[in-house]
Amino acid sequence: MSSQIAGLLQLLALIGALALAYRPLGDYMARVYSSQKHYAPERWIYRAIGADPAVEMHWPAYLRGVLAFSAVSVLFLYGLQRLQGGMPGSLGFVSIDPDQAFNTAASFVANTNWQSYYGEQAMGHVVQTGGLAVQNFVSAAVGIAVAVALVRGFARSRTGELGNFWADLVRGVVRILLPLAVIGALVLVACGVIQNFAGIHEVGQFTGGTQQWNGGAVASQEVIKELGTNGGGYFNANSAHPFENPTPFSNLFEIFLILLIPFALTRTFGRMVGSLRQGYAILATMGIIWIAFTALMMWTEFAGRGPAFEVAGGAMEGKETRFGIGASSIFAVATTLTSTGAVNSFHSSYTGFGGGITMLGMQLGEIAPGGVGSGLYGMLIMAIIAVFIAGLMVGRTPEYLGKKIGTREIKLAACYILVTPALVLCFTAAAMALPTPADSMTNSGAHGFSEILYAYTSGANNNGSAFAGLNADTQWFNSTIGIAMLLGRFLPMVFVLALAGSLTEQKPVPETAGTLRTDKPLYAGLLVGTIVIITGLTYFPALALGPLAEGLAA
Amino acid sequence: MNTSVAKTARLLGAGLRALIVLTVICGVIYPLAITGVAQTLFPGKADGSEIKDEGGRVVGSSLIGQTYTLPKSNPDDPEEAAKPDLRWFQPRPSNGLGANSVNTQYTLLLSGATNRSADNGAVDGACPKDAAEGTLCAQVTAARQAVVADNSTPTHRVRPETVPADAVTSSGSGLDPHISPAYAELQAHRVAERNKLDVKRVEKLVREHTKNRALGFMGEPRVNVLELNTALKSLTQS
Repeated sequence: MSSQIAGLLQLLALIGALALAYRPLGDYMARVYSSQKHYAPERWIYRAIGADPAVEMHWPAYLRGVLAFSAVSVLFLYGLQRLQGGMPGSLGFVSIDPDQAFNTAASFVANTNWQSYYGEQAMGHVVQTGGLAVQNFVSAAVGIAVAVALVRGFARSRTGELGNFWADLVRGVVRILLPLAVIGALVLVACGVIQNFAGIHEVGQFTGGTQQWNGGAVASQEVIKELGTNGGGYFNANSAHPFENPTPFSNLFEIFLILLIPFALTRTFGRMVGSLRQGYAILATMGIIWIAFTALMMWTEFAGRGPAFEVAGGAMEGKETRFGIGASSIFAVATTLTSTGAVNSFHSSYTGFGGGITMLGMQLGEIAPGGVGSGLYGMLIMAIIAVFIAGLMVGRTPEYLGKKIGTREIKLAACYILVTPALVLCFTAAAMALPTPADSMTNSGAHGFSEILYAYTSGANNNGSAFAGLNADTQWFNSTIGIAMLLGRFLPMVFVLALAGSLTEQKPVPETAGTLRTDKPLYAGLLVGTIVIITGLTYFPALALGPLAEGLAA
Repeated sequence: MNTSVAKTARLLGAGLRALIVLTVICGVIYPLAITGVAQTLFPGKADGSEIKDEGGRVVGSSLIGQTYTLPKSNPDDPEEAAKPDLRWFQPRPSNGLGANSVNTQYTLLLSGATNRSADNGAVDGACPKDAAEGTLCAQVTAARQAVVADNSTPTHRVRPETVPADAVTSSGSGLDPHISPAYAELQAHRVAERNKLDVKRVEKLVREHTKNRALGFMGEPRVNVLELNTALKSLTQS
């Protein structure tokens, strides 16, 4: 069997597995966020928090909950890293410098997991399991909570109530992420992912001498890193490291975990708004983009164009033998079309066009299927823009799911889609204009520019992967990417929750013959077009200077 | 004013308590429970899949690559490049972590890729013969020449076009434990000659250690270098 066919079969197997999990998980999540019941352990948690989970919140209160919890998380994680040197269980690693500690704290709370440190050379057990892995859970749960609040905005009328943030947060962790993580972690250990609390120790080598190994609770962190679309590797090489991703099966399983919740949330959405077909339209849009990107990626990587690859006889630089080109391409697309940013192969050493596809995936806003929660709310914003554009064409006030898209709604949606491009392009321009940031590049020319464009694209869109030749551990990059990650995560959430609040106050408008049917293939096509055009116009000039220039020269 | 400060303080207090409770659940109980179950059910795997030679000595992990090099003439000289010990099958190149950190060549598990682009070192869209040192063009070209030179024996010349891509490129982790079956077969003649073994016997050994795709379609066929060399060692000693 050729590698190309094996790659396609792996993609098909993945689609099959996701399809099997889609209904049960999507319906289960809809029940979780609609249920009135509180389990005993949950009640105990609410008592500890001092929150009444039955209290309905209007959007400002919901937002205050999100921001308060996230602010405390940033401070806590910053403190934990600053104090690492004095804590037991830190493998002898010193405290992290202020700029890097800020960057890392912002990164993990913002569900980005950009890493300017070397995992195995900087972070001990306490910071990894007690700090970073915890944010892998809770930042994911915050994302899902905000998405669910927006869905309630469509589903409810004339209340202004969006649910209770604390209840959504706790349920997301306790009822969804934890049970899946427990199962997934054991599957990964069975494949060979390590799970221990050993210190740094010497292991004998074949020709004599020793290798120095780190122990670590890797499997328990690896699973939530993928499941919560976080992406911060325990080791520097992330999911390319054999201790994080030892076999071709563990590799497919990790890709499955990345895509599982973001796709299933479209079912949850359909359930909660009372029309499964609306969920399928969103699912179809996400699926088309995902499959098209994966096909393009496989094509360009198997073709392997580029001077050094032509000497080598294939684009294997930065790729692992056990995965090969096919499984690496599938992973690269899944990780950049979601907000994950884990890598099983190094994007900087992809072909020029391959690198461009990873960047474009993030620039779409990570909505196909996107991060947990953030993918769904990002796609729903695009859905609103699409009905607005359709409304302009026929001269009708647009509606979506029985809610009028008026001036206020479209302003909020427009603000949402402007945030990340503004952050990406302004910071990239600033970095290129200043004299020192360019010193961090490993490659020169178009690819050097791509390294910096990639860094801000990844940060502002909360992805976290990198063209890792860039030495990002400088005060400039630590601070600016840190700011980009926080603004890129929380400003859009402000607009989403404000939008949800405004929608839930409306009374529903009855469907008429003139209403655009948003559960039909025509609309899904319109939505794909809207996404591609908006992103294309925003980023085309920047992409032309980087990956397109590189790809066309090869 | 005072009420809004008090309100904010109350809210942050709730956030802190929520974080502490969830840290205990997700950051303490969960990893400890998983570690307990993992150590009970899969003790070898949870500790890193160590493998031993026939004498019972730990020789590494089946998941982590190693170098098979000759002792340096001056072990304290960091500048001296270690030469491959051609009695053993050689792994993929490991040029990772180039400018960012010291490449410790497998002695310390500091993982990473070269992150070099395909046009790194190229001039006018092609790799020149004298590509600048350290660029991907130079690394790949040099690795290719070395593979041809090292593996050609008096009775068997390696043709440059048969050198597979994995033999001349660095992996993502820099710790890749595998090589492609093509690269293992290419090394069989040299390994047989250096160990005074029959080529057929060594080729058979390679075939025995070739792992096919899981279920026929997952990943790529591959050969674990450490397992292959361990088997080769017991063959030479028997």
